[in-house]
Amino acid sequence: MGAAPERPVSSPERGHALGPKVSKPMGSSESPKISLVTTSQKAPAWTRSLFNLDTGFKGLMLIAGLTVLALVGLIVATLMQQSSLAWQKFGFHFFTGNAWDPVSGEFGAMPFIYGTLVSSALALIIAVPLAVAVAVFVTEMCPQPLRKPISFATELLAAIPSIIYGVWAMFILVPLLRAHVAPLLMKYFSWSGLFTGPMYGYSMLAAGVVVAIMIIPIISSISREVLAVVPQHQREAALALGATRWEMIRMGVLRNARPGIVGAVILGLGRALGETMAVTLVIGNSPQIAKSLLAPGYSMAAVIANEFNEATDDLYRSALIEIGLALFIVTIIVNILASLMVWSVTRGVPAGARGQ
Amino acid sequence: MANNGFTKFRRQATDHAATVIAASLSALVVGTLFAIFAYLVIKGASSLNWTFLTQTPKPVGEAGGGMANCLFGSVLILLIASALGLPVGIGAGIYLAEFGHNRLGQLIRFTADVLNGVPSIVIGLVAYGLVVVTQGHFSAFSGGVALAIMMVPILTRNTEEMLRLVPQSVREAAFGLGIPQWRTTVSITLATARAGIITGIMLAFARVAGETAPLLFTALGNTFWSFSPNQPIAALPLQIYVYANSPYEEWHRQAWAGALLLIIMIVGTTAVVRFVFLRRMLGAR
Repeated sequence: MGAAPERPVSSPERGHALGPKVSKPMGSSESPKISLVTTSQKAPAWTRSLFNLDTGFKGLMLIAGLTVLALVGLIVATLMQQSSLAWQKFGFHFFTGNAWDPVSGEFGAMPFIYGTLVSSALALIIAVPLAVAVAVFVTEMCPQPLRKPISFATELLAAIPSIIYGVWAMFILVPLLRAHVAPLLMKYFSWSGLFTGPMYGYSMLAAGVVVAIMIIPIISSISREVLAVVPQHQREAALALGATRWEMIRMGVLRNARPGIVGAVILGLGRALGETMAVTLVIGNSPQIAKSLLAPGYSMAAVIANEFNEATDDLYRSALIEIGLALFIVTIIVNILASLMVWSVTRGVPAGARGQ
Repeated sequence: MANNGFTKFRRQATDHAATVIAASLSALVVGTLFAIFAYLVIKGASSLNWTFLTQTPKPVGEAGGGMANCLFGSVLILLIASALGLPVGIGAGIYLAEFGHNRLGQLIRFTADVLNGVPSIVIGLVAYGLVVVTQGHFSAFSGGVALAIMMVPILTRNTEEMLRLVPQSVREAAFGLGIPQWRTTVSITLATARAGIITGIMLAFARVAGETAPLLFTALGNTFWSFSPNQPIAALPLQIYVYANSPYEEWHRQAWAGALLLIIMIVGTTAVVRFVFLRRMLGAR
């Protein structure tokens, strides 16, 4: 009985013998060999120190929680402070300027904003049908034994780091696009003006495709979650009216899940905008605004990754950090929007009932 | 009547077509995964050998060499990141689960989600501004700070979710025995949710271990051994990036080998965690 109880849950009758052990860290002077009798004699002090410990514990956890808030504040403050030089020099023209000439000290972020927007849009155009198809197939169509393996495979896609997508895209995807896909696109779609000019491989198209592969898992796993919370009776009602399975999915399921799927897509957009390493390796890193998707481009994240270590003077560095600040603000707005939309569908459903 | 028959045919054809399209698009996605893994193995396996695991990078033109120092660097950076990130992330998760049923809790939860969505390159810039500028030099420590910032929101949300899975009755039973709240949380709630929290920690490791962008201008990279947290240090993803971006055939081979090693570690961790821990935990419930 005198030993300090290590596992109070397994010996409930020793519960109050915890007292001495509880108060020990607070510096009260009980010895470890205290018995039950002394515990009850010390009850008032025990209660007091208990109160302090509980408050202390809650306080510690609160500090950890507040640190999370502080981190975001710190991010904003650091980015703003470090980019102030460029902001003072160029003001808002920084975001509309086309010239990016570090040598003469001229910085305009437009080519990077354009590249980020175009590569992300392209990625969404490719990824959304694929991701939604996977989600619909897994939740509504696929035979039971295939369900787990397919979800697991898409989750594994999400676990692959950006740099590995980059290496794969650089050595496998880029040559593939150059040799087989680009000629086809040029032959049949050159009228659109989007697929013209020489194709060196490193291009907006390559960036769009690799980012698409990277955001498919995010979009499809959240879509799956959203589809899973569509009430079963919606499906049953559609089927009872004689709908085929596809009609049931289209009218009973997808229509109900639409805001959530849009949210998933926007979340994917948030990820696409900030994607760095894979894009840096395949986009071609050339600060130009070209209409052709086969031409090389540059993105906001890529220019930071690529040029920050070469940025020798303060203005150059602060211009790059300002691009980072812009990227931060845009992704946050996009993410908040997406969370609200997903939440509008899945709210009220307990977390355990989601997925699968 | 004929019209009716045609409508029925059209509807069924559409139904079948939708199934075929969804199935083939899913097959394409799964196929892409296999293509990535297949190429990693084909291109990387030949260079992934003992030398690769025990030597440091060789200068251009010399064959051989490896990434031993990068492996060590990655581990050191991860250790620094855990030392900084684990207490904050798990503590915040405990706060949210046990005390966070108020406005402040909602704000923290929301902020953690915001933090989770911040692009990793931006985190790198922040760690640069906070640590590298202050210290005056690149260091393993600044890389650790960057990865810690990335780990915190993952840990926070996971810890909260896992603690919430612990039934309220368990806490009430502990309170009923007169066990103070802090002790209940530490010895009972946390202990019950242990498997889930460890899972979250390992997933957070797997997530940040492959991060390159936050290390570019914090840890910087190093072709030699470095054991000091105050010096620039090599990291596996960084070295892969440098090698992939180089014009040399030999370095490309090394990049593939490094990528294969990284994916084995990360996907191995993820798969083990998903299959073993999660199943055991959810099964036990």
